[in-house]
This record gives sequence, C-alpha cells and structure tokens, in this order.
Amino acid sequence: MSGSSENLGSVDLKRRKFMVTMVASMAGAGFNLVELAMAKTSLEAESKLVRWGLLIDTEKCGVGCNACVSACNTEHNLEDHGRPETDAQWIRKLDLVDEQTSHVHSLPMLCQHCEHPPCVDVCPTGASFRRDDGIVLVDKHTCIGCRYCMIACPYKARSFIHENLTNQRSWSPRGKGVVESCTFCTHRVDTGRIPACVEACHAEGGGAMTFGDMVNPESEISHRLKSEPSRQIREDLKLNTGVRYQNV
Amino acid sequence: MSQHYRTLTANSSSYFVLVLALTALALFGLAAAHYMESEGHWITGMNNQIVWGLPHVFAISLILSASGALNVASMASLFGKTEYSAWSRFSGLLAISLLMGGLLVLVLDLGRPDRLIVAITHYNFKSIFAWNIFLYTGFIVLVAIYLWFLFERKMNQYVKVAGLFAFGWRFILTAGTGSIFGFIVARQFYHSAMMIPLFIVLSLSLGTSVFILVTQIVGRLSGSFMKQEISFSLLRLLGLLLALEGFLICAFYLTGLYSAARYDVVLFVLINGGIYTFLFWAGQIVIGTVVPLGLIFLAKAQLNSSIRLVSATVSKMIGSFCLLYVMVIAGQSYPQLMFPGKQIRSTFFDGVVVHYAPSWPELALGMGGVAVVGIIILVVTRVLPFLPVEEQRAQSSQ
Repeated sequence: MSGSSENLGSVDLKRRKFMVTMVASMAGAGFNLVELAMAKTSLEAESKLVRWGLLIDTEKCGVGCNACVSACNTEHNLEDHGRPETDAQWIRKLDLVDEQTSHVHSLPMLCQHCEHPPCVDVCPTGASFRRDDGIVLVDKHTCIGCRYCMIACPYKARSFIHENLTNQRSWSPRGKGVVESCTFCTHRVDTGRIPACVEACHAEGGGAMTFGDMVNPESEISHRLKSEPSRQIREDLKLNTGVRYQNV
Repeated sequence: MSQHYRTLTANSSSYFVLVLALTALALFGLAAAHYMESEGHWITGMNNQIVWGLPHVFAISLILSASGALNVASMASLFGKTEYSAWSRFSGLLAISLLMGGLLVLVLDLGRPDRLIVAITHYNFKSIFAWNIFLYTGFIVLVAIYLWFLFERKMNQYVKVAGLFAFGWRFILTAGTGSIFGFIVARQFYHSAMMIPLFIVLSLSLGTSVFILVTQIVGRLSGSFMKQEISFSLLRLLGLLLALEGFLICAFYLTGLYSAARYDVVLFVLINGGIYTFLFWAGQIVIGTVVPLGLIFLAKAQLNSSIRLVSATVSKMIGSFCLLYVMVIAGQSYPQLMFPGKQIRSTFFDGVVVHYAPSWPELALGMGGVAVVGIIILVVTRVLPFLPVEEQRAQSSQ
C-alpha cells in the first residue's frame, strides 16, 4: 500500500514538473507571439513610405562620452581584439578641433545611410544594398571581401572583419572576410524599437540623438529638420544622408 | 618568305632550375594566401584604414603590363610594322599570362576567395569593378581568338580584325582600371580624371618594358633572340612612352596642386610624406624615369646592348612599381577630407597619416602571381610553337 502511494507521489511530482514546464513554455511562446504580433510585416518593415534617419545635436554630445559606442559594441558584440587598426567600429566618436580657435567639440560618426550610397554603387556583386526604408546594409552571403566599398565610403564608416569571430549575437550575424557597418539596428527598428546607440545616448549620454522617420510629418525628427538648422557631412557630394548633424 | 616557329627546346639545367624555382615561389604564394584566408587579414599589414595593400600593387602592375605587352602584336597586325610580326604570338601569350597572374593575386587576396562563383554570377552593373570582371575575361578571350587566328593558317586573313578588337579592348581595359580609382570621390588623391590617361600610358610603357625583358630571358634560355634592331626600336618606343608618362605625371600633380581639396595630399606625397615622398622621387622619378631615359637616349654604344636593354627595362619596372605603390597606399594613408578647417581625433585613426608595413604573406602572394606568369610562359612555349625561328638565325649570324 505504502509502496503504491510512493509511486503515486512520484507520478504527482513528474506531473507537476510537466505542468510547470508546459506553463513556462506557453508563457515563453506567448511572449514570443506578442513580439511577433507587434512586429511589422516584411512589407511594412521596409517601405518606401518610410525613411529612417538620425539627427544628432552635437551641442549635447559630450567630449569623452562614449555611451553610443559602448552600446553598439555590446549590442552587436564587436569585440576588442587589442588591435585597434583592424578591430571593427560601426560607430566612433570624433573630436573636432577648430584649427583657428582650438574649440573642441565631439560627435559620433557612423554609416550615414545615404540615399545615393557610393558603397552600393561600387560593390561588384550587389552585396552592398539599400533597403526601401533607406537603411544601407551588407548582404553577408554575397560579399566577397574586395573592400572597394571601404575605399569609396566618404565617412570611413565600414570595417572589414580581419579574424575569426566567436559568441556572435543571433540577431547580428557577422563573418570573417566580409565588410560590415552600422545597420541602424534593423532587428530593433523592424520591431518598433530604436537603435541601441540612440537608446544609450538618452539613458546615459546627453540625449543628443533623435531617431525616426524623416518623411513622416508627424515625427519629431521630421519636425525638427524642418524647423531647426542641420547639415549633412560632405553635403557637396549630394548623397542625401540619413544622418544629419546640428551645431557642427 | 613565310615565318617559321619553334618550341622552347632548351634542355639546359637553367631552364629546369628556373621552372622549379618559380613553382616553389608560386606554391609559397598559395600557402601565404591560404594562411591569410584561414587566419584572417589581421596577419597582413592591411587594416581598416589601408584596405588595399601590396597584393593590389602587384595585381595592378601585372594587369597593366598585360595590356601593354600586346603592343608588339598590335603594331604588327594593325599598323603594318611587319618587323614585329614574328613576335606577335609571343606578345599575345605574354599578355594572357600577365593578366592571369594579376587576377590570381587579386582573387586570392579577397576576404572570401571561395566566393569567386558569387562574383561571376552576381553583377551590379553600376560598379566599375563589375565592368572590369568583364573587361579582364573579355581580354583573355579576345587575345586567345587572336592567337588562334595567328596559329591557324585558314584564319590568318582575320588576324587584323581580331587584332583591332584586342587593341580597342585593351584601351577600355586600362581606362577601366584607372576608373577604379579616378571615380572615387571619397579619396582626394584618387579623384582625378587624369587617372585614366595616366593608367593607359603606364600600361603601354610598363608592358613594353616587361616584353623587352622577358624576350631577353627567353632568348637566353632558348636561343631565340629578338633581332637587336627590333629590341632597340622597342626601347626607343619605351623612351617616348616614358616621356609621355612623365608629362602626364606632371599634369596629375600640378592639377592636384590647383585643387583646394587635393592640395594637401599632393604636397604630402611630394614633400612631407616620408616613405611615399622617397618612393616618388627616388623610385618613380630617378630610377623609373631619369635612369631609363638616360640609358635609352644618351648611353648609345658605350654600354653592352644586352645590359642596356635589361637595365633600362628593369629600372622602368621598379619605377612603375613605386608609382603604383605611392598611388595606391599613399592615397589611403592620407586622412580623408570630412571636416575642412578642423583637426580630427578618434580611436579609428581619423585625421592622421596611417602607417602601413607590408607583411610577408602579402609579398609572397604578389611574388607568387609573378611566378605563375613565368611558369605559364615557360610551359606553354615548350609545348606550342610561339618562338620565331628566323630570329634565332639572325642572332647566331651576328
């Protein structure tokens, strides 16, 4: 009798474990479903009706503040191999010193997501491409690693992967021997979030970055671009960049 | 009298030693490429600032030489210079070999050389690089057809047509290679329309030098020497091309000094660029231009003719290599113009002249490409009759 109750007890325990596992799995799946439900369709995520852009107020960008750079490196696991000449940098801080007045100010430099990107023009295989929503990316399956895009980029915004990589992020696959650059965190933007650098700039930095849809008249970036002065870097090249700067 | 041809029948130990040495060099280059691919490019001197390095200087040198090596064939088939026609076959072979060597270096330096099939099947026709893939393969096909017409008696009548196509194609090819740099708005040093004529003339002069030197080496191995008067008429042509190249170099730098965007980088190369300034003045101007011009137009009969031919062409080749090294590397080493009037500091080497030291795998890869050219020539001339018979008699009767 006692033996059978022990058996029943062990069955109960197994059942309880099973139930817990089931509930946990369903909850996990539920979260995933919510995320999936909130995500835009492939058409919505990448529409010609949207032009993602970034406005950077350099007055609010502190010399020595590196929040955006650290966030990007963590988000995409851009590891420091102790070789600054070959280590990848998708976003970097530039300190500009005026040659006449010695005034110093700082700004982040990253892929400018141009409307007419020279990197896309020169890429022999079409691996460098521009999405309908203006984000310039590298197709890591068709990049042959010729580095012509790096020669052609006026902003030095691209990095070549010089070594074997480990611990890659599932949302940001990378590969030795191909070129890469800022993706505007497409994995975030396509699910309604803002890029990691912008988030970090607001949380830890001076709040210098405003991300949004440049062609939506209701968006903050669009409103500010209309009402406040801003500029493109190397505007003489007429690339119509997706990243704009203020107070440079 | 019809022209007879022969194969390279030398059984001398020097032939086999040369083939073995070149094979060892080519295998070493291949091993270096494998090392670069498996470890990643961090083991080379190239980095995120100097993205094209020594392998590209080798590749461009070989590709430009390929186009120029066809000079002799073009002069014989198109411009009625029949004295050159005996060497048309060899001219075509040398052109194809040089191009294959150059392309091999270029492909093996890619980050993903295993994706060559992607480069062949995916094209972005806005890219000058993509055009060049067609230009290079098209050149090999056209020269191969030209060679077939030369070899096949029934097709001899069409040689002129094939020669015309090949002649036109090589101008477009070198213009295309110059355009790879000339259209780059991001790099002040590259962005110049002068790049196109400069690359065309450089290919003619460099290719002529390589042709003269290789015919001297093949002559030593086979006994099929080029007639001395033909060698020297080619050398005089080289002199004229050198003068034209010098003029274009002057125009390239002077127009650079005239432009506000390019002024600083031009002064950097000419005056305070360290190794680049040295390579420009000592390598490109003195060794590559003044010395060969002196040897061609001033040395006259005081020097042994063979020494004169070899020293003039080798010094010209060193000079051209220096020219391309300065062009390719200094153009990337000098900071890009992003904020005029501001000094830039960053952790990504913005605003500073970037250091580049070529590594041994890069040198091995480049030398491997040169070795492949030599192997192709030595093997093919041994199997197929590329060398003119009459030239041997002419030489032995002297």
